[in-house]
Amino acid sequence: MSLGGPYYLTLAAVLFTIGGVGLLLRRNVLVMFMCVELMLNAVNLTLVTFSRMLNDIGGQSLVFFVLVVAAAEVVVGLGIIVAIFRRRKGATADDLHILKG
Amino acid sequence: MPPVPLVHVPILAVTITDATVFAVSAAVIVAGAIGVIAARNPVHSALMLVMTLFGIAVLFVEQSADFLAVVQVIVYAGAIVVLFLFVIMLLGVDRLDVMRRDPLPGQRPLALVIGAAGLSLLLFLAGVHWVTGARSVAGPAGGPGSNVEKLARSLFTTYLLPFEVTSVLLVIAVVGAVVLSRRPSKEAEPEPPETAIEPEPEPEQPEAETAPAAVEEEPAPTGIPGGGS
Repeated sequence: MSLGGPYYLTLAAVLFTIGGVGLLLRRNVLVMFMCVELMLNAVNLTLVTFSRMLNDIGGQSLVFFVLVVAAAEVVVGLGIIVAIFRRRKGATADDLHILKG
Repeated sequence: MPPVPLVHVPILAVTITDATVFAVSAAVIVAGAIGVIAARNPVHSALMLVMTLFGIAVLFVEQSADFLAVVQVIVYAGAIVVLFLFVIMLLGVDRLDVMRRDPLPGQRPLALVIGAAGLSLLLFLAGVHWVTGARSVAGPAGGPGSNVEKLARSLFTTYLLPFEVTSVLLVIAVVGAVVLSRRPSKEAEPEPPETAIEPEPEPEQPEAETAPAAVEEEPAPTGIPGGGS
């Protein structure tokens, strides 16, 4: 038996918060992307924990879909970042105010 | 709700090993996550992200999600982080991130306050509200049989349509990545890439400033983009 679910859920909440704070703090778009990955992993840990607590395989299936969507998101997001960096040399999110009205 | 005992693990008590594995993994995960947001070099952030992902994979194994642990290591640590490192090296942004000035004043304390408030709200709600209702019909996670078999049975029966839709999503992502990373074709204007995004403000700025800029010529292309932003 592993530890009880609340331990895992608390750890996932802490991890999600760290990712969110990092997303707000950092200006490098690549690091902001990594913080999004942290938040997705926190949610994955929550889903696996619930899958164990409720004895239901559906949570693990949902983690599978989250993995696929995260991979697709990273591919497209990094493509956008490469396209932006090819046009200008700014490394921070503050330089990307072209779409600002 | 008490956790349902697994069949192939007859010991029902929490052993010292399980507690130790959780404690070490939690320490690794939190340290890696803090390292991601605290490292000034993006390469160090990516390596710290690998550490966090490995810790989460260990916790997946600890919770009998073996297939997801393997996929976590292969897809995240093997593909996504390598993709991050490729982009970091390709773009040459692996220099130190200058955190000198705040374009938005007070953003950092505000971000910390929002994070602390969000965490406390999350823990408070987790202690108060629990979702009740009908159980899912996806199938049991414990019991006899391997984890891979049960997950595959769930994916290819209950979640067959979402599984097919994810393949469409992956195709869309591949096409999108190819389109985004394609270089502009030759019939487009071959001007230098730094000025390629600037020409939009130029035609509309002269009408706005016709009266002050009456002395010089109408286009005035050099000074306007800096003042327009």
